[in-house]
Amino acid sequence: MSKLIADKVNVYYGQSHVIKDVSLEVPANSVTAFIGPSGCGKSTFLRLFNRMNDYIDGFKMTGSILIGGSDIYDPKVKIEELRKKVGMVFQKPNPFPKSIYENVVYGLKIQGIKDKKILDEAVERSLIQVALWDEVKDDLKKSAYALSGGQQQRLCIARTLAVGPDVLLMDEPTSALDPISTSKLEMLIQDLKKNFTIIIVTHNMQQAGRISDQTAFFYLGELVEINQTRALFTNPQSERTQNYITGRFG
Amino acid sequence: MSKNRIIDKSFKYFGMFCTFFGILILVLFLGNILIDGLGRVNWQFLTSLPSRSPEKAGILTAFVGTLWILVLTAVIAIPVGVGAGIYLEEYAKKNRLNNFLEINITNLAGVPSIIYGLLGLEVFVRIMGMGGSLLAGSCTLALLILPIIVVATREALKAVPKSLREASYALGASKWQTTWLQVLPAASGGIVTGVILALSRAIGETAPLIVVGALAYVPFVPASPTDEFTVLPIQIFNWVSRPQKGFIINSAAAIVVLLLITFIMNGAAVYLRNRWQRKTKW
Amino acid sequence: MIMKQREKIIESLLFLCGAIGVLTTIGIVWVLLSESFVFFKEVSIIDFFTDTQWTPLFAEKHFGILPLITGTLLTTLIAIVVALPIGLTIAIYLNEYAPKKLRLYVKPALEILAAIPTVVYGYFALMVVTPLLQKIFPGMAGFNALSAGIVMGIMIIPLISSLSEDALFSLPKSLREASYGMGATRYQTSFRVLVPAASSGILVSIILAISRAIGETMIVAIAAGQQPRLTFDPTVPIETITTYIVQVSMGDVARGSIEYQTIFAAGITLFLFTFLLNNISFWIKKRFQEKYD
Repeated sequence: MSKLIADKVNVYYGQSHVIKDVSLEVPANSVTAFIGPSGCGKSTFLRLFNRMNDYIDGFKMTGSILIGGSDIYDPKVKIEELRKKVGMVFQKPNPFPKSIYENVVYGLKIQGIKDKKILDEAVERSLIQVALWDEVKDDLKKSAYALSGGQQQRLCIARTLAVGPDVLLMDEPTSALDPISTSKLEMLIQDLKKNFTIIIVTHNMQQAGRISDQTAFFYLGELVEINQTRALFTNPQSERTQNYITGRFG
Repeated sequence: MSKNRIIDKSFKYFGMFCTFFGILILVLFLGNILIDGLGRVNWQFLTSLPSRSPEKAGILTAFVGTLWILVLTAVIAIPVGVGAGIYLEEYAKKNRLNNFLEINITNLAGVPSIIYGLLGLEVFVRIMGMGGSLLAGSCTLALLILPIIVVATREALKAVPKSLREASYALGASKWQTTWLQVLPAASGGIVTGVILALSRAIGETAPLIVVGALAYVPFVPASPTDEFTVLPIQIFNWVSRPQKGFIINSAAAIVVLLLITFIMNGAAVYLRNRWQRKTKW
Repeated sequence: MIMKQREKIIESLLFLCGAIGVLTTIGIVWVLLSESFVFFKEVSIIDFFTDTQWTPLFAEKHFGILPLITGTLLTTLIAIVVALPIGLTIAIYLNEYAPKKLRLYVKPALEILAAIPTVVYGYFALMVVTPLLQKIFPGMAGFNALSAGIVMGIMIIPLISSLSEDALFSLPKSLREASYGMGATRYQTSFRVLVPAASSGILVSIILAISRAIGETMIVAIAAGQQPRLTFDPTVPIETITTYIVQVSMGDVARGSIEYQTIFAAGITLFLFTFLLNNISFWIKKRFQEKYD
C-alpha cells in the first residue's frame, strides 16, 4: 500500500498564487483530515492528488506529488490510470441519472469490461462494502435518484470502490447530509481505512476530531500545521491553529 | 377617474386586443383554410400525381418529395449539427479561432433562406453535379437548419450540471467517454426537441428549393436521392398561382396536409420538451 | 496511447463539424462574389444603383436595381408598421398587465403563428386579405404590396413580441418597484421607465424583424405580383429582390448568361443588407447588454 507525499507544492491559477509551498505526507491505511476556513485551498490541494485541477484554465503547479514513489504529474502518466488508483467522492452526491446498477458498473465499463459475471460481482462487493447492499439488492434497476441523500452518497462511494482504488479523496462528503446519514458515513470511513488511504476535506472540526488519525490545518493557501489529530487539537503548536480551533475565526 | 388611470385602462384593453388579435388571426387563417380545403382532402387527392386538370390532380409526388427531403436533411444535418454543438460547448477552448466559429454560426442564422438557395445552386447543383435532385435540395436545407440544431444542442449541453462530468472524470473516463456516455444522454431531450423544430422548419421551406431546381410539375414519384422532385410548399405555390378555382381549392387542401404535418411535429417537440424538463430536475 | 489517439481523432472530427459553419459562410460569399464579379464586368455599378428600370429578361435590358429595392423596402415598411405596435404592445401587456396564467396560453399560440410556413401566409394574403382590401379600396389591384406587407407584418409579430418580452423581463425588479412606489400607473411605468431601459433589446428585435422581412420571399411572391416598379404606391404590383430571384429560377435561364448572373447580383445586394443589419444588432446587443448584468 502506497503512501502519498507532497513536496514543495505551489499552485497558481493564472496570476493567483493559491497554494504556497506545501509539503506533507499521508501514511497508508489512515485517515487524514484537511481543515481550515473557506477558500483556504484545502479542496484545491485535495484535487491535486487525482489531477482534477487540470481542467481549470490557467492551472499551473510546481513541486511534486508522489504516490507509491512515482510523480503523478510526470508527462508520461496516463490520467485515466491514475484515477483508477485514486478515487474521489464529492460534496454534493452526484450519481448519474441512471440505475443503481449502471452507476456502480460505469467505472468498469469504460475500461472495456463487459463480462456480466464480473460486473455483477463488482456491484455486489462494492454495495456490501458501503453497507447499501441489503437496502437495494432487490431492485438494482431502480433509478439512483430515487435514493435518499445519504444513500446516494454511499452509492457514489460504491461506484468509486468498484474500480479498485488504493486512495480515496473525499471533498466534504457529509456537508450535504443530515446528521444520521453523516454518522453512518463516518462509521463507513472508519471501516474503509483498513483497506484504503483516505484524505477527507472538512469544515467541521468535530468531524475531523472524530474520524481522522492525522489532521492538516490550511490557512490562505499555506499549510500552517500538521500533526496527529489528538495532538493538534489538544496542543496546537501555532497560534493561528489555536485561534481556528477555538473558533476565533471561521 | 384621473387622466392617467384612463390612459392606463385604455392601454390595458388595447393590449388585450393586440394579444388576442394574434390568436384571432390564427383562428381566421386556420378556419379559412379548413373551409376552403378540408373537403378536398380525400384518398384520391392524397394518392394522385399532378395533372393539368384540377379534379384529377393530387399531392402524391409532393408528399413523397417532402418525406424524402425530411429524411435526407435529417441524415445530413443531425450528425454535423450535433457534432458542431458538442465541439463548441465541450471541447473548444476560449481562443480566437473558436470565437470565430461561434460568430459564424450566429451570423448564418440570420441569412435569408433564398441565399442558401443560391449557394446550393452553384455548389451542389452545378459544381458538384448533383443537378436539381433531392440530394442537392437536402444538402441545401441541411446547411440552412444547421445553426438551429447547433444552438439547441449547445443549450441542452449547457443545462447538464458540471457535477455529472466531474463524477465521470473522477472515475477515469476520457473526455469522449464522458460526453458520449453521460452528457449527451442527459442532454438528449433538449437536443431532440431542437432537431424536430429544425426539421419542421425545413419542410416548410419553399424559396431555396425553387432556386435549387425543384420542379413545379413532376408527374412521377421520386424513387432515389438523385431524382428530380417537388415538395408540398412548392406544389401549394404552384397551384395558388393558377387562376382556376379548382387549383385554388387544391392548394388549400395541400395546405391542410402541410399544416397537419407541421403541427404534429411542433406538438411532438413541445411535448418532449415538457417531459424532459420535468424529468431532469437537477 | 491508443486512447489518446482516438480522443484526438474524435476531437478533430468534431472540430470539422464546427468548421462547416465557416465553410458555409465562405461558400456563400464566394458564390455571390464570383458571379457578381462577372456581372459587374458587363454592367457598371453606377448603372446598377441609379438606373430606374429593372428589365433583364426583356429585349431592351436595364439593370437598375432600385425598383427591386423600393419593392423590398415598401413591403418591409408596411410589415414593420403592422408588427411593431402590435408586437411591442403584446410584450408590454404580457409583462405588466396580464395575469401570469395568460402568458402560458398566449406564448404557445404565438409560437404556432411563428411555425406556419410562409407559403401558407401567402395563400392567406392572396385569398383573404386582398379581396378584403379591394372592398375597402376599390381601385386596388389583385396583386399589391399592401396585402403582402400586412401579412408579412402578422408573420413577424411573434418575433418582435417574444424578443421584446425577454428584454423587458430581464430588467431588474428594482426598476419597477421604484416607479410603482412613486404612484405611477402601469402605462407610465412601461413607457417612461421600462421601455427606455430595455430599448437596446427592443431595438435588436426590431432590427432582426426588418432583416427577416427583407429576406422574405413566398408571401410576396404569391400576393405582390412580379412587376418591378420604382414606386412607393402600395396598391400596385411590385417585385422585391427575393421574388425576382424566384421568378428567374422558375424560368429557363441559361447558365453563364447575363440573366443568370443577375440573380447573384440581386443576391449579393440582399446579403449585404441583411448582413449589415444582423451585425449591427449583435453589436448593439453586446454593447448595451452589460448595463443590466
